[in-house]
Amino acid sequence: MQELLDIFVKSIFIDNMVFAYFLGMCSYLAVSKTVETSTGLGLAVIFVLGITVPVDYLIQNYLLAKGALSWISPTFADVDLSFLSFIIFIAVIASMVQLVEMIVEKFAPALYSSLGIFLPLIAVNCAILGGSLFMQEREYTSIWQATSFGLGSGLGWFLAIVGLAAIREKIRYSNVPAPLRGVGITFIVTGLMGIAFMTFMGIKL
Amino acid sequence: MGKNNKLFTNPINIENPVTVQILGICAALAITVQLKAAVVMSLSVLFVLAFANVIISLLRNTIPSRIRIIVQLVVIASLVIIVDQVLKAYVYSVSKQLSVFVGLIITNCIIMGRLEAFALGNKPIPALIDGIGNASGYGLILIIVAFFRELLGSGTLWGFPVVPKAFYNFGYADNGLMILPPMALITVGVIIWVQRANVKELIEEK
Repeated sequence: MQELLDIFVKSIFIDNMVFAYFLGMCSYLAVSKTVETSTGLGLAVIFVLGITVPVDYLIQNYLLAKGALSWISPTFADVDLSFLSFIIFIAVIASMVQLVEMIVEKFAPALYSSLGIFLPLIAVNCAILGGSLFMQEREYTSIWQATSFGLGSGLGWFLAIVGLAAIREKIRYSNVPAPLRGVGITFIVTGLMGIAFMTFMGIKL
Repeated sequence: MGKNNKLFTNPINIENPVTVQILGICAALAITVQLKAAVVMSLSVLFVLAFANVIISLLRNTIPSRIRIIVQLVVIASLVIIVDQVLKAYVYSVSKQLSVFVGLIITNCIIMGRLEAFALGNKPIPALIDGIGNASGYGLILIIVAFFRELLGSGTLWGFPVVPKAFYNFGYADNGLMILPPMALITVGVIIWVQRANVKELIEEK
């Protein structure tokens, strides 16, 4: 339990998807205009990461990794399918995103139209594929650890985008130089947030 | 011809994928520490985007819209595997340096964005031109960012030292902050500032 909590907290603050690895920047920058929309997208990312990471964990450990197929018969013990992991992971992610898209379109049409092109773009949000690849690289030992990592990184991404959206709502009242308005100042604010978050690096739980 | 011309030149300046459409930022931040990596990355994206646009444009009437994302990703992933293999075969050292970022072209939103927004509704030739134009606009920003980060961060260009020894003796030091990811963001922010100061119609309303 302790260990799961460690992974969870670590993936929110120390290994934050946005500030430590700069993953998922495109939708992060473009959909952070208001707190409401960014909350919606953030929740979608938590949901998709929370599902894809454990599913990819099962696929990795029972189908792809070297010797993973030995549960079918001992003759498969030498089979190593890990070169397929990219395309399998992306297929899992794409189908999950399509599912989320259908659910959101059905139950929250207003959110659906305000997210626009960025909902299908969650499929190519590097934070999602990055989550599965980090899961593979860090060799978590149980599905609970993988789930806790997936949810934690989703929450970290959620915090980052809601934080940025809150700053952007306030920035509207300040006198930013005209050419820097909108995207320009957002980049610089994100850079400063990134520098601030670097203080979490190196902390050991 | 005029229309096609516009398809090519617009993405380089007033519809630039990085600074105006805000697509494909992740890779732009990660691989712009050195100029060489940025150039190889731009060429890889050019290849993948141009071909993916043409292929999806050819298939656009046969793809059911419910499963279009998966079809698009399979096309992109196959093209990226080709790029990865070619890089490994001919420029192994650069491929080693880029490592995961070649794989991350799959998740580069600029490619998916163009497929969704353009290739699904247009004929193959305009789609090809659109792909080349967008990839060039993307590459241009990548190269500018990498130029400044490598010059100021490590005092080299394309791996060759360009800052004279005398400067260092005089007390000049490379700015280590430029190599860290946050500075990539701020560099892109400054590029946007410069671009919008020149092209007034891009300035956003409050």
